[in-house]
Amino acid sequence: MREVCDLVVVGAGPGGLAAACRAAEAGLDVLVLDAQPEPGGQVWRGEARQGSNRLARRWLTRFSASGARFRPGARVIAAPEPGVLLVEEGPSSFAVRYGRAVLATGARERFLPFPGWTLPGVLGVSGLQVLVKDGLPIRGKRVVLAGTGPLLLAAAATIHSHGGEVLYIAEQASAASHWGFALQLWRQPAKLLQGALMSAKLVSVPTSTDAWVTAAEGERRLEAVRLSVRGREEHLHCDYLGAAYGLVPNLEVARLLSCETSAGAVVVDDRLETRVPKVHAVGELLGIGGVDQALVTGELAGLVAAEQPVPLELERSWHRVRTFAAQLARHDAPRAELLRLATPDTLLCRCEDVPMSALEGCQNLREARLYARLGMGACQGRTCGTAAQTLFGWTGEDVRPPCLPARIGSLRIPSDVSSTPTRES
Amino acid sequence: MREPAPKKASVVTLRINGREVTVPVGTSVAAALAMTDSFVSRADLSGRPRGPLCGMGVCFECRATIDGVPEVLMCLTPCREDQTVVTDA
Amino acid sequence: MSAFDCVIVGGGIVGAALADVLSAEGVSVALVEARSIGTGTTACGMGHLVAMDDNAAELALTAWSVALWRELADGLPRTVEYDACGTLWLAADDEEMAAVSAKVANYRAAGVRAEVLDSAALYEAEPALAPGLVGALRVPEDAVLYPPVAARTFALRAQARGARLMTGCQVRELRPGGVMLANGELLTARHVVLAAGVASPLLCPGLPISPRKGHLLITRRGAPVVHHQLVELGYLKSAHGTDGASVAFNAQPRVTGQLLLGSSRQPGDGTREVDAKLLERMLKRAALFLPGLDGLQALRVWTGLRPATPDGLPLLGPHPEKPWLWLACGHEGLGITTATGSARLVADQLLGRASVIDARPYSPARFLSASGHEVAHA
Repeated sequence: MREVCDLVVVGAGPGGLAAACRAAEAGLDVLVLDAQPEPGGQVWRGEARQGSNRLARRWLTRFSASGARFRPGARVIAAPEPGVLLVEEGPSSFAVRYGRAVLATGARERFLPFPGWTLPGVLGVSGLQVLVKDGLPIRGKRVVLAGTGPLLLAAAATIHSHGGEVLYIAEQASAASHWGFALQLWRQPAKLLQGALMSAKLVSVPTSTDAWVTAAEGERRLEAVRLSVRGREEHLHCDYLGAAYGLVPNLEVARLLSCETSAGAVVVDDRLETRVPKVHAVGELLGIGGVDQALVTGELAGLVAAEQPVPLELERSWHRVRTFAAQLARHDAPRAELLRLATPDTLLCRCEDVPMSALEGCQNLREARLYARLGMGACQGRTCGTAAQTLFGWTGEDVRPPCLPARIGSLRIPSDVSSTPTRES
Repeated sequence: MREPAPKKASVVTLRINGREVTVPVGTSVAAALAMTDSFVSRADLSGRPRGPLCGMGVCFECRATIDGVPEVLMCLTPCREDQTVVTDA
Repeated sequence: MSAFDCVIVGGGIVGAALADVLSAEGVSVALVEARSIGTGTTACGMGHLVAMDDNAAELALTAWSVALWRELADGLPRTVEYDACGTLWLAADDEEMAAVSAKVANYRAAGVRAEVLDSAALYEAEPALAPGLVGALRVPEDAVLYPPVAARTFALRAQARGARLMTGCQVRELRPGGVMLANGELLTARHVVLAAGVASPLLCPGLPISPRKGHLLITRRGAPVVHHQLVELGYLKSAHGTDGASVAFNAQPRVTGQLLLGSSRQPGDGTREVDAKLLERMLKRAALFLPGLDGLQALRVWTGLRPATPDGLPLLGPHPEKPWLWLACGHEGLGITTATGSARLVADQLLGRASVIDARPYSPARFLSASGHEVAHA
């Protein structure tokens, strides 16, 4: 089975949707792939069903009218030759032959290991938020959130509005850094409004800067957490803990396509084209910048892909969102204490159960992988690799196909897709 | 045999590890797992319980066999009528 | 005064095994590795310890080496994952089955246990195999292990005996009396051993070693159970004797419950990219032997560069023109298997004593004349 399109967009979050809309409206045949069942990405998760976010509603409506085709539940697993992607979709798979590509694979949370972080009931901050949006019963449940930046407040607001009891919000950043960052939000009217709305609902929730989770406790699941709050310890009984430290871009598909990356972001030119011709990158792949950056860069890339003129206003907007992204990165950088929470028997790799102690003597990621099996399991190091980079400064290895675990049969290239004849023995 | 679900039902009923769970349409399987009293999606290599972590298809903690297809991520799968979910927990 | 009796260049499994053997003999050793121990070609192989009988010299070295591994096995940590699972050479037709008898005789003559399985015995041993195979040759004392940890174990044992381990350390030049490091430091030694695999010709131009690329795929845990390393006898036809790319069925059970699948060969290909079409051919071949393979979850695919010589045998012994330089390279796909025997052969020659097997078939002099020029291979 195969798909042919002028433009393939990988990821249906705000960046992918904006690119797809612009390109499809200009007449391109656009195919959008996303692993989730609905468009919207993580930030607009659930909005396609029960939209309350007006911006999301506007873009999702525009997307469905744009003529772009959407394939949900579709995961890119390989790029066997330039212009071809292999995609797994439920129990089947297909190939996509494309003219151009826009990568809009978004970001994931940065997890850092601490004692008890493998207990059921311990999730990411946004991880818990999306599960609540997806129907996790939270009414009357006691929740502690620990992390950094605007995501903490966004998660708290979602949990609060679904009837959950947020016991504590622990912001790891120092007071000075946090309030400095908050003041900068005055220059970002849209974000300020979001922040104010969130805060208004959450005035009664104890919140502290210079605060983080030191341990999660429980037998078969989470029962309590220990927090360090400005130097003193808090012990709170709770049902759920959301703990993660900002976002990191999902670079796997970009690196699978051999796009150059630098300092944890995809390198692009002013047309948002990567070093690989006809492959563009948008949104969080350019460095964590949130919805505004995703929309602006998505629109830009969509216009470029369709060879349309780019309005000057859009170019200016891009430079504005870059400033916000840089401030966010400084604010969200995990403080040193967070890097020392894990004990020797705390697992770093959750797939292969590799404890910190197993890394003794390892000098780099390749040694840790080959000697101790770090990152050799099902998630392919997505969770522990990011943690190891933060803890030890170890950088990643090449991304090879499949860039997600996939059925062996899905690695087959349909014969009608290949541009060069296969040699069969 | 259950009665066929009425058209445009606002809820669906699925089975998670043999247990019937009725959830609003749009609920993900990972979210529905929390309605089974056990938020455990798998056992680690030493048999200790694990639950969903990332909610976004990254961490692979919430893999399960869904309608016979192994290694499906519960957080990316919407609940459907008569769905059968089996975890290795 | 030399700082070391011997500096070994290359910390793959061969160099590490040699450091282990020499340090145990009281030789002062430095092991110099450009990256990390056991993380190059060593980490890209299957870790199949296999007696091979393409020719008498190959059989002598592999059989001895497999036996040496068996002696070592009890002293290796669990993380080396040594598993004496044996090899099953699968016969797809009567022609291949006929070859089994000849192989049995070869193996037995070399002291290697081998037995013929008829079809019924084969399917009793490996019920997961596709129907239609006519039988197999079972070599019960072959084994598998996890090569990078095996190499690291050797290196750490040598280090514990006083050997100097230098990782992340690039060598610029080999010279009489030692090696010059990329950082300008001179490491002095009476003997220099080149065990740098595919990188060896960069440090010793003229060595007849070229890369031969191979692909492997590993599944997630929970793959269907096979009990032996499974190799098609057609491997001998498909993987050898042609100059073009070839594939053959080769499957290995890992102690983790994963299935490791091979194999492919691309002579002269020095790139590391996965070749999607060749991978597909390899997997299609494998699916003929293991039905249901397409439904298994692939976790990772990778490639490795085997250091191939024209006659398929390694270069073990003195460089004919440079009496201070010893070669321990060119093992192609048998570096893991023959690391133990190769280390002993080179150590014996270095220490001026006789070996258990005849060292002459592996002598670098078969390719390199005393004038330093490559000689035509008969």
